[in-house]
Amino acid sequence: MSHVRLEHVTKSFTRGRNGDRVVALDDVSLEVAEGEVFGVIGHSGAGKSTLIRLINGLERPTSGRVHVGGREITALSERDQRGVRRDIGMIFQQFNLFRSRTVAGNVAYPLKVAGVAREERDRRVARLLDFVGLLDRAHDHPEQLSGGQKQRVGIARALATEPSLLLADEATSALDPKTTAEVLALLGRVNRELGVTIVLITHELDVIRAVANRVAVMEGGRIAESGTLYDVFARPKSAAAADFVRGALRDRPSPETLERLRRTHRGRIVTVAIRDQTGFQTALATTFLEHSVAAGIIFGGISELQERAVGSLTFELTGPDDGIGAALAALRADGVDVTEEN
Amino acid sequence: MDEFLTNLPVFREAIGQTFYIVLISVVAGGLLGLALGLVLYATRPGSLMANRFVYVVVNILVNLVRPIPFVIFLTAIQPLMLVAIGTTIGTDAVTFALSLAAAFAVSRIIEQNLLAVEPGVIEAARAAGARPLSILLTVVVPEALGPVILGYTFIFVGVVDMSAQAGLFGGGGLGDFAVTYGSQRYNWPVVYITVATIIVIVQAGQFLGNYLARKALRR
Repeated sequence: MSHVRLEHVTKSFTRGRNGDRVVALDDVSLEVAEGEVFGVIGHSGAGKSTLIRLINGLERPTSGRVHVGGREITALSERDQRGVRRDIGMIFQQFNLFRSRTVAGNVAYPLKVAGVAREERDRRVARLLDFVGLLDRAHDHPEQLSGGQKQRVGIARALATEPSLLLADEATSALDPKTTAEVLALLGRVNRELGVTIVLITHELDVIRAVANRVAVMEGGRIAESGTLYDVFARPKSAAAADFVRGALRDRPSPETLERLRRTHRGRIVTVAIRDQTGFQTALATTFLEHSVAAGIIFGGISELQERAVGSLTFELTGPDDGIGAALAALRADGVDVTEEN
Repeated sequence: MDEFLTNLPVFREAIGQTFYIVLISVVAGGLLGLALGLVLYATRPGSLMANRFVYVVVNILVNLVRPIPFVIFLTAIQPLMLVAIGTTIGTDAVTFALSLAAAFAVSRIIEQNLLAVEPGVIEAARAAGARPLSILLTVVVPEALGPVILGYTFIFVGVVDMSAQAGLFGGGGLGDFAVTYGSQRYNWPVVYITVATIIVIVQAGQFLGNYLARKALRR
């Protein structure tokens, strides 16, 4: 069942005194299933922040509809939206903790807003702080915590009202790689152990890769493509997705690298996309061998996405011209993605 | 020293009057200014309870009153004084005027300090489903508390300063005492001791304000 559904959502702003219209979201439709971790990836200015804020009503779309948990949030008054927001947690890039409150006070805030009685509040705050591993810091103030600890408090606060949906707005972008991994692991636990649906937006493929099941790639206010993590990034159909993969895996040579490779390698240079298939590499080697082609690896990278291999290898091929031609034809006939770099 | 001691009873009375004028003005003006400042902050375009009409009206009102020198303000609001407290001279009349003048100054200080609160924490409160008024009072004001206390301290010093002009309208107080019993009679010990007293009051207020702000800011 779908937890979040956006139907043909458009959002434009008026900017500046001359009233320029800026389109932040252009006919965006997407569906997030209950219990999944859905990642939205895009560069800054792609409309991700606006998109995530439509889900809890912090922004209203210019047109289109947003459904959350079977309720059309776009049809609700501001007052009724506040009720829905209590069932949606949100965490932020800059954590946005209340400096005037202690760690426990921050986590208790949404419970106060929801009118939860004091004893119950204290109980839940203790349980949440225990869950994020910060029970011993309950009486500290945010400025006494490290960035990763602050975000863990942010997560505890977002989960205080036991929401079924968590929105993560660039939640790890202000953190170092090690802390990022810890926070992502915590989000994974939130999803698995508490069954919370997570929508996270980011500009980093590594973040998406670590936790998301499905993904949407955004560019210029539109969704360039969406699907399972593997499908989108192992066989990107859009230039935007291909760019993110190249940037994260660094498996394909850049034009500058290719230039250097050509100077030292006189043979034909081809890049082969790796397929997640048993025996693929052996078949590749055999094909070259059968046609008396020597294939030397000169660039490449293989990584994993959802426990499946993804990447590409760049070869320098030497041998008889017709042999090379026949080998490449045989590979292509087999459905292998071969790019000639010469 | 005798020149001063003979006037001791009057001096004591003057201290009492100054405290009366300053404390009531700071508290009453402070509260009214807080309310005005909250309205300015909350109704500003794009803010929690954006309301263009209210914002423009209050904004213009504050801008009209603020530049008026206090001595002139005291005269200008005499009709209002008559309606409100039934007289235009004396300690109460001066206190009334000073409270109003302080309120308009406080309103800007409150507005400025609330505007400095990070929009992110307000967004976090909105995302938690809080009502705008609740966000204003339980998030925005506490987040700005340290600077707001320093702002009040600044106003306190300004009010002590303005209270010196109370004598012009029969309000009494230390400023009046220093002029009528001191400088006009070439009685310099009176002037020195009175000025020293005012300095002590200001220092004590500033010290208390700094202390409270430090507690609020935890640094």
